[in-house]
Amino acid sequence: MRNSFVKQSFLVLGLLFSINTFAATPQELLKQYEVQAKQENAAFASLSAERGANFFKAERTHSDGKKVSCATCHTSDPRNQGKTRANKVIEPMAIIANPQRFTDAAKVEKWFSRNCKDVLERVCTAQEKGDYIQYLISVK
Amino acid sequence: MKKWMQLLVLITSITSAGTLLASGGFGEGGEGGSSAMPPVTNAKWKTECGSCHMVYHPGLLPERSWNKVMAGLDKHFGENASLDALTHDEITKFLAANSADKQTNRRSSRINQSIPANATPIRISETRYFTSKHDEVSPNTFKRKSVGSASNCVACHKGAEKGDFSESQVKIPR
Repeated sequence: MRNSFVKQSFLVLGLLFSINTFAATPQELLKQYEVQAKQENAAFASLSAERGANFFKAERTHSDGKKVSCATCHTSDPRNQGKTRANKVIEPMAIIANPQRFTDAAKVEKWFSRNCKDVLERVCTAQEKGDYIQYLISVK
Repeated sequence: MKKWMQLLVLITSITSAGTLLASGGFGEGGEGGSSAMPPVTNAKWKTECGSCHMVYHPGLLPERSWNKVMAGLDKHFGENASLDALTHDEITKFLAANSADKQTNRRSSRINQSIPANATPIRISETRYFTSKHDEVSPNTFKRKSVGSASNCVACHKGAEKGDFSESQVKIPR
């Protein structure tokens, strides 16, 4: 009996850890993108919240003729809730308004991968991703 | 120790009995009989599909339609909705297993029958079943800000995500 209790405790502990496999802090993610940015570009110096802010708002014309930016769905104030094209609420991107942001590495990569292709029609560079997160951390 | 385990068993059985009751396990609500689509769920389907749009009950389209939707996620109605291979596989299987051609309820069967055998629609709103059921709703009503488009079922059918499309529950917003 005692042995099975120990086993159960380990099982519960194991489950708790596996749920947190991808858990990260925004700062940890920034570090990862910084390292990657250096690998991608030898001239890279440091991440910039200002560049990130410009990136967030920069509008471009998509090949379908429509003007798009990150702000199209997220609104120009990242402290606000946004809306998908299919009418679903998107929780705020700024950490001050939504502390859950940038705490799950896999989720962050999934959305960069989708949304960069939708808005820019290409993948984003590590520097762009890092700048973007830096900006959303800096918004007060 | 034994008490601890007994308690666990007790809690588990109470919870599952509650779930059974809540899911209408002892009789159908709403339209009665086999007309309503049974509520089905899958955690990945709910999070992945549901983060961009309402979740469409798998019983709304036949398996070949879902397969076509899932094969084109890189250009999903104009957006990139790509999934990792494992998640993609799980959701595709869930959709197939509960698709309109696998359901026994009347609504799913009728949707399925309204689709010609040589057609594979990926828009529910393009099936003959849908158009005939909504022929009294004007295009302008669908365009209302409170509705968005014909693909936003939940605007008027509150229980749509659970598969409840019964007429008595319809409320068209202003």
